[in-house]
Amino acid sequence: MTTPVIHLQSLRKVYVVSERESGIVAAVQSLLHRQTENIPAVDGISFDLAPGEIVGFLGPNGAGKTTTLKMLSGLLHPTAGEGTVLGYTPWKREKTFLRQITLVMGQRNQLVWDIPAMDSFELNRAIYRIPAPDYKRMLSDLTELLELGPLLRKPVRNLSLGERMKCEIAAALLHRPQVVFLDEPTIGLDVTMQRRIRTFLYEYNRRYGATILLTSHYMADVEALCRRVIVIHHGRLLFDGDLSDLVQQFTAHKTIVVQLGDCLADLHSYGEVVSCSDGSFTLRVPKAQTAHVTERLLADLPVIDLLVEDPPIEEVIERVFAQGSP
Amino acid sequence: MNGLRDLYTQQFKTTFASMLQYRASLVIWMIGHVLEPLVYLVVWSTVSRAEGGSVGSFTTGDFAAYFLVMMLVNNVTYTWIMYEYEYRVREGGLSFALLRPVHPIHSDIADNVSSKLITLPFMLLIAVILGLFFHPTLTVVPWAIAAFLPAVLLAFLLRFFLEWTLALTAFWTTRVAAINQTYFVMMLFLSGQMAPLSLFPLPVRTAAAILPFRWMVSFPVELLLGRLTPVEALTGILTQIVWLAIASVLLRIVWRAGVKVYSAVGA
Repeated sequence: MTTPVIHLQSLRKVYVVSERESGIVAAVQSLLHRQTENIPAVDGISFDLAPGEIVGFLGPNGAGKTTTLKMLSGLLHPTAGEGTVLGYTPWKREKTFLRQITLVMGQRNQLVWDIPAMDSFELNRAIYRIPAPDYKRMLSDLTELLELGPLLRKPVRNLSLGERMKCEIAAALLHRPQVVFLDEPTIGLDVTMQRRIRTFLYEYNRRYGATILLTSHYMADVEALCRRVIVIHHGRLLFDGDLSDLVQQFTAHKTIVVQLGDCLADLHSYGEVVSCSDGSFTLRVPKAQTAHVTERLLADLPVIDLLVEDPPIEEVIERVFAQGSP
Repeated sequence: MNGLRDLYTQQFKTTFASMLQYRASLVIWMIGHVLEPLVYLVVWSTVSRAEGGSVGSFTTGDFAAYFLVMMLVNNVTYTWIMYEYEYRVREGGLSFALLRPVHPIHSDIADNVSSKLITLPFMLLIAVILGLFFHPTLTVVPWAIAAFLPAVLLAFLLRFFLEWTLALTAFWTTRVAAINQTYFVMMLFLSGQMAPLSLFPLPVRTAAAILPFRWMVSFPVELLLGRLTPVEALTGILTQIVWLAIASVLLRIVWRAGVKVYSAVGA
């Protein structure tokens, strides 16, 4: 096996948060002696990423995804555990390390608001000391892949959210980082723009062999880009493996869509009726009984059409988060 | 070094471009920088005339010269970093700065200097116009003018380093405003912005000589106006250098500690 680009071993991050009840009395009390609480945001996570992998990093809000990404990019110092990225200890923030990584935060902007993105790009060129020919090549690549052409000369504040995000991503990648951390890069964007960014990330990974770790609440992003997913919840690792295995592992059910022409029949004896519209029933049945139920449906009823599916990935993920552990 | 020069050039361009987008606020800032010394100038001129033409060693014309030069020196050396940092820490803008392979102070210096380059010509013009009304007494002392340049440069750097360090308290507390306020009050008295330091009683003058405030603002003004002997000028510049050394060590220590805190509590 090749040396991993990212290696985490029992990484922990505990936030010390001061807490108090609401109200004046409690406020005065908290002045006298402050109550603090230790909140483990990341509670012993280990995983490795091989060069060139694109991995989806999933978990509900507050699971510890952003905290992990911040530790990996050197913004946060872990409480315990070890980690290396490209052989560096991220939180030492060595310049040679910082030149090889990037962190894109979907809800934060690095571009200067009042001037065209092109000017911010030039500033980044100087900050990262990108040699002129490399910069030129990368800029033209990014302009082509993200269709930035007309956007670069407009003040950033006049761009739409999606346009701005494309420019943000370009600014973050001008120095051609080998490791890319993306925290919700498609948040708040419409479906078309999400797809555009997805395609771009795929292409960036393919062209430059970069290793990408991304979080997203849009399962379409993850399905399209990541063969492997890492799921965390309450700061702990729940799952690390192929997306298809996640579906297998976390779903005990399959969905049967059976078309009868109307919604009059009572199908409760076959399985859980999820819905019926336009004469099409959606049933949920235990995985093991799928074949048997299908057989019965076909034998008993005037079936026009029948379809057996895995539940949608959103539903699987919801189930994973709700269960907390397999 | 080449890389830094490129960085400064690009930061100049960026700041120029974004400041020109905010011409109105630039004008408002400048008005503030003109009004404050103007108020003191009017007050002291009035007092001086009532006292029969002078207060201490300052004639009415000396006051005019003092506050007009003060206005310019203050404009050259002031920073707004203390307002900026609280916002940076709170809104997470600092995270981007930390992700970059360069110390964030460089951007701040370049940003500050470029905005000064924009405002300075206007401030000079305003000073000339005000001079027509207030008739400053200007004595030309060639060696003092020559010494003024390094003195004002040192004053700028010292003030920048100290205020940058002070701004870093935003790492520890969200109540930066209170600290800033204390600093500004001390600055007002001890830097000679409100009145020439030589008019203060001895204890205040001693405090001003020991503390850094005088060396950030009033010293170059006194120097340019020919109010100092060559020995005083030389001692002053040496004091500035000592303070600058102290300030840069302080900055390094506080920055390191601050980043540690920032990366412990969440960026």
